[in-house]
Amino acid sequence: MQMPEPDQAVIGRRRELIQALQRIVAGEGVIYDEAALKAFECDGLTAYRQPPMIAVLPETTEEVSAVLRLCHEEGVKVVPRGAGTSLSGGALPLADGVLLGMGKFNRVLEIDYENRCAVVQPGVTNLGITHAVQDEGFYYAPDPSSQIACTIGGNVAENSGGVHCLKYGLTTNNILGLECVLITGEVIRIGGKHLDSEGYDMMGLLTGSEGLLGVVTEVTVRILKKPETARALLVGFQDLEKAGDCVAKVIAAGVIPAGMEMMDRPAIHAAEAFCQAGYPMDVEALLIVELDGPAAEVDHLIDVVRGISESCGAVSVRVSESEEERLSFWAGRKAAFPAVGRISPDYYCMDGTIPRHKLPHVLTRISELSEHYGLRVANVFHAGDGNLHPLILYDANQPNELERAEDFGSDILKLCVEVGGVLTGEHGVGVEKRDLMGEMFSKADLDQQQRVKCAFDPDGLLNPGKVFPTLHRCAELGRMHISRGQMPFPDLPRF
Amino acid sequence: MSGLLKPADAEQAREAIAWAVAEETPVEIRGRGSKASLGRPQQTDYQIDLSGLSGISLYEPDELVMSAGPGTPLAEIEAALAEHNQELAFEPADYGPLLGVAAEAGSIGGVFACNLAGPRRIKAGAARDHFLGVHGVSGRGEAFKSGGRVVKNVTGYDLCKLMTGSYGTLAAMTDLTFKVLPLPEKTRTVLALGLQDEAAVALMCEAAGSPHEVSGLAHLPGPVAARSGVSYVAGAGTSVTAIRVEGPGPSVEYRCDALKQMASGKGAVEELHSHNSAALWREIRDVTAFAADAVGSERPLWRLSVTPTNGAEAAKKIQDQAEGEAVFDWAGGLIWLSLAAADDAHADLVRGAVAAAGGHATLVRAADAVRAAVSVFQPQPAALAALSARVKDSFDPRRILNPGRMYPGV
Ligand SMILES: Cc1cc2nc3c(=O)[nH]c(=O)nc-3n(C[C@H](O)[C@H](O)[C@H](O)COP(=O)(O)OP(=O)(O)OC[C@H]3O[C@@H](n4cnc5c(N)ncnc54)[C@H](O)[C@@H]3O)c2cc1C
Repeated sequence: MQMPEPDQAVIGRRRELIQALQRIVAGEGVIYDEAALKAFECDGLTAYRQPPMIAVLPETTEEVSAVLRLCHEEGVKVVPRGAGTSLSGGALPLADGVLLGMGKFNRVLEIDYENRCAVVQPGVTNLGITHAVQDEGFYYAPDPSSQIACTIGGNVAENSGGVHCLKYGLTTNNILGLECVLITGEVIRIGGKHLDSEGYDMMGLLTGSEGLLGVVTEVTVRILKKPETARALLVGFQDLEKAGDCVAKVIAAGVIPAGMEMMDRPAIHAAEAFCQAGYPMDVEALLIVELDGPAAEVDHLIDVVRGISESCGAVSVRVSESEEERLSFWAGRKAAFPAVGRISPDYYCMDGTIPRHKLPHVLTRISELSEHYGLRVANVFHAGDGNLHPLILYDANQPNELERAEDFGSDILKLCVEVGGVLTGEHGVGVEKRDLMGEMFSKADLDQQQRVKCAFDPDGLLNPGKVFPTLHRCAELGRMHISRGQMPFPDLPRF
Repeated sequence: MSGLLKPADAEQAREAIAWAVAEETPVEIRGRGSKASLGRPQQTDYQIDLSGLSGISLYEPDELVMSAGPGTPLAEIEAALAEHNQELAFEPADYGPLLGVAAEAGSIGGVFACNLAGPRRIKAGAARDHFLGVHGVSGRGEAFKSGGRVVKNVTGYDLCKLMTGSYGTLAAMTDLTFKVLPLPEKTRTVLALGLQDEAAVALMCEAAGSPHEVSGLAHLPGPVAARSGVSYVAGAGTSVTAIRVEGPGPSVEYRCDALKQMASGKGAVEELHSHNSAALWREIRDVTAFAADAVGSERPLWRLSVTPTNGAEAAKKIQDQAEGEAVFDWAGGLIWLSLAAADDAHADLVRGAVAAAGGHATLVRAADAVRAAVSVFQPQPAALAALSARVKDSFDPRRILNPGRMYPGV
């Protein structure tokens, strides 16, 4: 993976930059000790490591603004970071860059139950928001599996999802307002406690922009009242195709479950070995379907889903009869990543999305690829919305295995695009999928995206080397190629 | 010279815009023209009419996805969805009558370009939340795409979001892919009668904060309710606050009872079933209460999106100083205000109240001269306005597409 060539002139000014930063952020907030910098050298995509030139941990929007203004004036690159759980290398530092850690922005600023929202700082963890409002029976709906650790700022930057996004939407559907600092140090506020921000939907654009457009310093999130009850079904199938068919039929019947997850045999076995969730071991595919709402609704829909499952050839159906049982159904799924980590020295998590009905085809191709590359794979799948997480098992200590795993991974993602899907459903492009962007987008598509980047960051200082396979200068992107010609289709009536 | 260009496909649309770019002549981008009077009045010599890019090119009910050309009539899309018991869950409004043109005249391109959303916005989101993929032609005369056909997608910037609510000022959309959802099995509406605006907003916020997944929360003050086509509502003789629940049968009954209980302490309670319920919410969605003023009246019509609990107070502040009528939707967060005629449409008064409440205001209907003189869209603080202008530059550096429709010079 090629990162932008470090600017030796900037590295040469490191000492002055440290001093200038110390004038903005006092004391411990500026980190330059080599050992301490190592703590930031990678995010959740551990195959790539690079300690930053300097790390800064500001505490106020004013400090963020001053740091960015300084970096802008000095031509220094900046990489924002939340908790560093990104799986795509979004928070990978740069040798000539300042790492802007947002961890100290960890306060819940306001909870407004009447208007069903909370105003929080970006370093608050995803689960921290729910914890802050749960006493009143509220929660924050998007629930990435990393929710104990990941920050809401990182969630906004990645537009993160979770198992309940099928019914409740992704981050982008659950935020109302943002405060954001541009690379120039300008602070903009978008939205608030009302719906639909005025003018261009900058909030929608910033969500999922992977730290390339601005630094989020405050987020207003929607909170929801907890459903009265939730129950889940655990449904086993002898083949994946039938499980896929069942998912399609549930949706076709007009049921949108709170969550609908699928695991294949290797994932089931890994999860069962890891946490004894009580999963059936003799099935090829396992579905977890959760319904929530008042008991009358949940009981009714459980029956509907049970009926559909049986008609699709389910070989085992269990319905949770208690909250403990429901949680035990989820325990295995939620621990799928560490569980796979237990059965293999290393694993590599993919994140493509496909049209649901392509699932059998894609899984067949993945198992062929698995044989081709000689690497095992376990699949967990946000089945309801077509988001596939194949986990490729490898051993980084074996020669070439990492490269093989990466090649296998890119073949899977190309396959996703080929069947009408996309490279990444929720983990982001980062550095990981950067060079695959051409599989999905033409040069014209990518040029237009980069022009939008230029509107925010004309010198390309915010998180460069991520998302875009080739960097162009904004002046070059702005040039127009104009050919004067005839008025098109002059035969049409005009008045 | 002036004229109308009516491309028949995406390539012709690109040619038309490339020509306009080369000529440096601004063009008005229109779908079916039903919302042409929304926004600042435009003065372009040429129009590019996208109604020829019409038709549903993909509809997979099991995958909950549809693609269509921008000129496809919304009515055609809704009919196709209804055949499979599906719908656009964000309940796009039909502003036709409100803007003095025919009903059911809008296009799907217009729905997304204006980010329409009806009463179900509070539960299901707006057009922006359902937009999955777009093909378009920028004001540089270049074709590009963004997004895809799947719900979960974070591959590159979400330019669909930028397109929604950009009123054709960034690109001419040539193909749209969006999410569709199953129709709810059953609907019920609880009516609370006789509540003052403040009390109504309080009740609506309480209902919104309940676990009942309420899908509509609107309040019609007495004189507005009296004009309803639903006899229960018109005959109430007082204000009507409406609470809608939708879903599977057993659930709707249960939730409906719980909400009736919640409302019963506050005033008389009624219940509307399928037909009347649907008719009432269509009226609220399309703001029919103020449609009669569309022709031959100079009354300006404002749309305010505010912090819900501040809604009633904001409306009152304005109505204390200008004669006006209000309709509240979105639990008080959306206020439609029809005010006495004035050269400035009472813009300072409205925007002052909105600033205090937190939110924004759009002048949806007023004479051309008024819309040219006052800001139709909420003026933005300097840094954000400059950013909007740079985003416009990134798509349309020569200001070819609907220039000035949203903000002067943008
Ligand atoms: C075990 C595990 C399970 C996971 N499960 C899920 C899952 O179910 N669903 C899912 O969507 N993701 C999942 N992830 C991925 C990851 O947790 C999310 O992408 C998360 O949102 C990242 O948050 P973070 O705070 O760790 O951000 P970081 O990793 O620190 O940063 C991520 C990106 O956001 C940018 N960024 C961070 N903070 C800011 C800010 N304040 N302003 C601007 N940019 C900022 C960074 O520059 C970087 O590009 C998982 C990760 C792990 C390790």
